Amino acid sequence: MDPLTSSTIASKIDIDRSVGDFRYDVDYAFDAGVGLSEATIDYISEVKKDPDWVRAFRKDAYHKFLKMPMPTHWATKDLENIVFDNIRYYLSQGQAPKRTWDEVPEDVKRTFERLGIPEQERKYLAGVEAQFDSEAAYSNIKAAVGEQGVIFVGSAEGLKEHPEIFKKWFGKVIPTGDNKFSALNSAVFSGGSFIYVPPGVKVSHPLQAYFRINAQNFGQFERTLIIADEGAEVTYMEGCTAPKFETATLHSAVVELVALKGAKIQYITVQNWSSNVFNLVTKRGLAHEDAEIKWIDCNIGSRLTMKYPGVIMKGRRARGEVVSIALAGDGQHQDTGAKMVHAADETTSNIISKSISLGSGRSTYRGIVHIPKHLKKCKNNTECDALLINATSRTDTYPAITVRGQGHSVQHEASVSQINAEQIFYMQQRGLSEAAAMSLAVNGFVNDLVQQFPMEYSVELKRLIDLEMEGSVG
Amino acid sequence: MSTLSIRNLHASIGNQAILRGLSLEIPQGEVHAIMGKNGSGKSTLAKVMAGHPDYTVTAGEVLLDGQSILDMEPDVRARLGLFLAFQYPIEIPGVTIANFIRSALQARLPEGEELEATQYYAELYSKMDELSIPRAFTARSVNEGFSGGEKKRCEILQMSMLKPKYAVLDETDSGLDIDALKIVSSGVNALRGPSVGMLVITHYQRLLDYIVPDKIHVMAAGKIVLSGEKDLALKLEAEGYDWLDEHAGIEKLK
Repeated sequence: MDPLTSSTIASKIDIDRSVGDFRYDVDYAFDAGVGLSEATIDYISEVKKDPDWVRAFRKDAYHKFLKMPMPTHWATKDLENIVFDNIRYYLSQGQAPKRTWDEVPEDVKRTFERLGIPEQERKYLAGVEAQFDSEAAYSNIKAAVGEQGVIFVGSAEGLKEHPEIFKKWFGKVIPTGDNKFSALNSAVFSGGSFIYVPPGVKVSHPLQAYFRINAQNFGQFERTLIIADEGAEVTYMEGCTAPKFETATLHSAVVELVALKGAKIQYITVQNWSSNVFNLVTKRGLAHEDAEIKWIDCNIGSRLTMKYPGVIMKGRRARGEVVSIALAGDGQHQDTGAKMVHAADETTSNIISKSISLGSGRSTYRGIVHIPKHLKKCKNNTECDALLINATSRTDTYPAITVRGQGHSVQHEASVSQINAEQIFYMQQRGLSEAAAMSLAVNGFVNDLVQQFPMEYSVELKRLIDLEMEGSVG
Repeated sequence: MSTLSIRNLHASIGNQAILRGLSLEIPQGEVHAIMGKNGSGKSTLAKVMAGHPDYTVTAGEVLLDGQSILDMEPDVRARLGLFLAFQYPIEIPGVTIANFIRSALQARLPEGEELEATQYYAELYSKMDELSIPRAFTARSVNEGFSGGEKKRCEILQMSMLKPKYAVLDETDSGLDIDALKIVSSGVNALRGPSVGMLVITHYQRLLDYIVPDKIHVMAAGKIVLSGEKDLALKLEAEGYDWLDEHAGIEKLK
């Protein structure tokens, strides 16, 4: 049976991102203007009252950014369509993050209320940070969690109030010059979370950050640093949306995780950017002895996403895991994957990636697994499965697995499958519409991974996938 | 009016005509059987009624309780009450049986109405018990890795949960050993009643020992060439299908 042709299906799948696609007018007190120069960086440093070392850090990063080429020798040429001179690098209302929703300015608050953030916080979160364009509008943790010594603040507050912990790890997991976009982020970063979990403290409920882009031609550059001290455990979740604009928007975050001896960090992302956002994010964790870092990543939306969460397994028996789901709709490119760097004996990494391409969407898996010669008994398992919906959909897989030395165990599996017309007919015969049948089949494909997300997120995820698959049918 | 009525149906796949003027009337409350040689068009009839996209209807009509269904999407026909038990049920990886049947039932409810979960599971489990399907099956993906017998039982389970007005069973006996055949047949018999009309398609008369039809039709070269009672099946069993070719010729001359 032939795969479904575009003519039968593409017309029926219209990307619906209505949940996040709304925008209220907001007054900004601080606006760095359009374009990037040293003056832009000075402006940001002054508004944010940066310590001198931060200003110097930004300037150094800016020069690295200028020198580094676009990585188009391996990545998509679409990167060349980012016009850095047309982007606004800093926008804020100039107020410190509020500790209660009542204090959050009305124009910003109604956005988060519409996205359901305060409600989710009441129901099942240990703390929330809600970032609106460049700065957090709200940041709070439940008293019980704060009393355990857990720090959960914005990055600006973290670097000023807790420099002894912040400076030790900031920029250490992901060096400024790691890639052009980590350099850009280091130059203009604003917002993002700083989390410190003291030794032995297990945070029972997830901490959540929500990133919202509201302004057109805007770049959001949050910077997140999470440190779990020895034996500590924490789960962090982030969600993202932006309204649909006529022009491109840039989101370029840097996220660094540090899991000290025996610590566990789980980092969960559900991204639902609108279809003109360039989402170019660098995420990496450093796992010490017996520590575990797990990235659970779901990428829906955006024009182009390039994201390869990584784990450097620095200590013996450290474990790294990346579980990712990507859905590339019409005109979208999800270029995602994982980086696993084994740097100690008996370290274990696991990569499970599933992608869905529909319409003219394209999904790319890129993975790096590195096990050097001097190590013993390292293990990696990589599975990547791609599902193609239309004849025009595309998927590519670029696994780079380097294993030297002996006594390691490495496993790699990849598959490409299609939903065929017989499956759709079978489901339709049971009374499901064509769109509902497609949705069910796609949800089935990612079902085993969706179950790894916390309940509330897996329900949300299913709803987002349904929305993507629905459209003008009916 | 409570009848599934097929009138002078012609259908083809590509350029090849397969159904050539088939007419049949299945009133609610009756069980009809269609027998015929391989290639006589039995399975095509089932797929055309259900609206499989590979087939083109070139003439004739199918009326469900007086309503013409041939211009309808397969799912609309299904929601009107037409069910097809597939000869080769399709695997849907990652979609559990419980979720699949639930979604199908949900699709029959008016907008904004939610299926009541407790009641749903109670009914599902009791029907599974009747069909000797272990409860652990609810968590398995639809038809994935099922044996032939498990697939057929799962089709009957879906039928009993969806409660169609008209059910077409396409070679439901194929690939079943005698024990599975008994279970499937008793499942079908349990569904018999005044509110459902059934069309049982089979190659062998064996099935009709367990599901005793009200009428038997014999199909050859894309149409019904002979209709009769239960004894017709026995004659076919004893004499094979070849004598029918001659019979078909006579029918054509009329």
